[in-house]
Amino acid sequence: MISPQSDQQNFSREPPGIPESPLVDLHPGRWQMALARARLALRSFRGGWAIFVESRIGVLSLATIVLFALMAISHPILMATVWDAEVYDPVTGYAFDRLDHPAPPNWRHPLGTDPLGRDVLSQLLSSTRSEFVLGITAALVTVGIATTVGAVAAYYGGLVDALFMRLADLIIALPGISLLIVLSALFRLNLFYLALIIGILGGFGGTAIILKSQALSIRVKPYIEAARVAGGGHFHIIFVHIIPNLLPLSLLYMMFTVTGAIFAEAVLSFLGLLDLRMSWGIMIHTANTGGYLLGGTRYWWLIIPAGASITFLCSAFYLVGRALDEVVNPRLRRHTS
Amino acid sequence: MVADSHAVVSDLLMGGNGQALVAVEGLTKRFPVSKSLFRQASSFIHAVEDVSFSLAPGESLGLVGESGCGKTTVGKLLVKLIEPTSGQISFRFPSPDAGSGEAVDASTIRSADLRAFRRQAQMIFQDPYESMNPRRTIYDTIAEPLAVQGVGHLTDRVDRVTEILTQVGLTPAGSFLFRHPHELSGGQRQRVAIARALVIGPSFVVADEPTSMLDVSSRTGIMTLMQNLAQGLGISYLYITHDLAVARYMCHRIAVMYLGKIVEMAETEELLGNPLHPYTRALLSAVPVPDPTYRRDRPDIRGDLTLPINPPPRCRFYDRCPVATDHCRDNPHPPMEEHGPGHWVACYEA
Repeated sequence: MISPQSDQQNFSREPPGIPESPLVDLHPGRWQMALARARLALRSFRGGWAIFVESRIGVLSLATIVLFALMAISHPILMATVWDAEVYDPVTGYAFDRLDHPAPPNWRHPLGTDPLGRDVLSQLLSSTRSEFVLGITAALVTVGIATTVGAVAAYYGGLVDALFMRLADLIIALPGISLLIVLSALFRLNLFYLALIIGILGGFGGTAIILKSQALSIRVKPYIEAARVAGGGHFHIIFVHIIPNLLPLSLLYMMFTVTGAIFAEAVLSFLGLLDLRMSWGIMIHTANTGGYLLGGTRYWWLIIPAGASITFLCSAFYLVGRALDEVVNPRLRRHTS
Repeated sequence: MVADSHAVVSDLLMGGNGQALVAVEGLTKRFPVSKSLFRQASSFIHAVEDVSFSLAPGESLGLVGESGCGKTTVGKLLVKLIEPTSGQISFRFPSPDAGSGEAVDASTIRSADLRAFRRQAQMIFQDPYESMNPRRTIYDTIAEPLAVQGVGHLTDRVDRVTEILTQVGLTPAGSFLFRHPHELSGGQRQRVAIARALVIGPSFVVADEPTSMLDVSSRTGIMTLMQNLAQGLGISYLYITHDLAVARYMCHRIAVMYLGKIVEMAETEELLGNPLHPYTRALLSAVPVPDPTYRRDRPDIRGDLTLPINPPPRCRFYDRCPVATDHCRDNPHPPMEEHGPGHWVACYEA
């Protein structure tokens, strides 16, 4: 063996004479550490945002979502200030000022009234909030389950993996809407239960398979072995190393789940199977039971506002998901940075 | 006959007093070629077959061989990333109150003991780009062994990480704490990997080709650093490499592996100056010489390294050996025999 001292002059690329660093100044306390982490999070968010805003459709869709969110907020404000509950309540209100229900749009009722004399704009705005609650709850449940199931199945493999993947196959094979129809016959489905069922079906179903395939590629990385050599247990490796690397993809599938949940709600409400106060699906259902759905464009204000809202909000979430895909997956970007 | 020879081998390599830090006897690892839930695997890759060696405290052993010969598998077996099919690994780590502690059989180490084991045996991985979680900061990466082992409080860990960063030459340490691996160069990352392995104060480190993925310019820096740290902290390396020049620089002794077997083992200068196994000679003749007029006498090594799937029971090197005889074909793999003080060769013709 060659002694290191003799070779140091010849080979070492170290800059000569590194001074001892002033450790006192570099002694970050608990707060400085938290602050540094917050700064890091902010920086990585900014980096992601810079890529996101390059996608025009993504920005437009995000603006659409914000618009709907503002609509959801505006309803309670309008009810508290300018709208009289007797006239404008989305469920029990009645527009006494008109006799020709469903009345076409006018100054007092910008989107007209429905066959039962209720203000359509008020119904539209009040439904927005429940659509958000439904979509986001379902998405959180889906992604929470799918991420954990995917990471656990990929990490342990074998029997655990086989069990979860066969369950996922089973759920994919089930026709979703038909299953929800059967379930709504068995239970009184309100918004929360609907979100839970959609979330569970999505979480144990297709999303779990996608996240598992991603987790499989993370599981074989050398840093997983390094974590094991460091002394990390199964729990540590799954929750500190695998799941954080799955989260970008999880976020993406969260967006797609929101779309699916809103759509499923609209279908079930249209069929009159949900125990909801008001929703976009129920608005179309009301128009249908009154026989106005087949009346063509003559009674457009009964169908188009709700229908367009469903279309726009669903596509907005989906397209935000696609734009996020570019942030998460560098290969989809037009230019590599 | 085979089992007996191993007992002799390990006893002699330990200097007879049994004070080796790591002693490996008859270590074997076979990977099933195909495994399914309902069918037993019928063929196995004999990745590591009947390997024995030992490592004294503070000593560095080089494990040299071409790709696929089982070097990395030996390394992973020694840090218990995978479990051996058979054979014994025993560790005699220094106990906290100085002096060496009791010898521990690796196969008996379980849960709580495993944590203590991880404080003594660490590993530096080959690929500095893939061996760090890209979403975690340098501080998180280096402090991970401390955090999962519950060593100290947050501020203690920050102090310890700062200290080790300075030791591996990443200064000012404070400016590295909150960077991500992708912001560092390959050499800097490998320094971080070394810091992570050493932060918990191990006495035995498996270094799996730590310089093979680096630019030539940063290699010597890393090697010098590892040597200085080993001397300063009393660490023994099992240094896995395919580069004899690196092994010469880093190691006291070198073991040459071929297809899962150690074929020759000796003190570094003895092995390089007096290679006895035909495979070692071939390896040495392949070392590039910086002289365009140099004409090497090409050793007559035929063919290619094959996967050791159910290998025939004869010398593993028989198919490619230039000096093989009928004796080599008709007998099992030759046992390790001592041909000089501490110079062990597994060859009938040596």
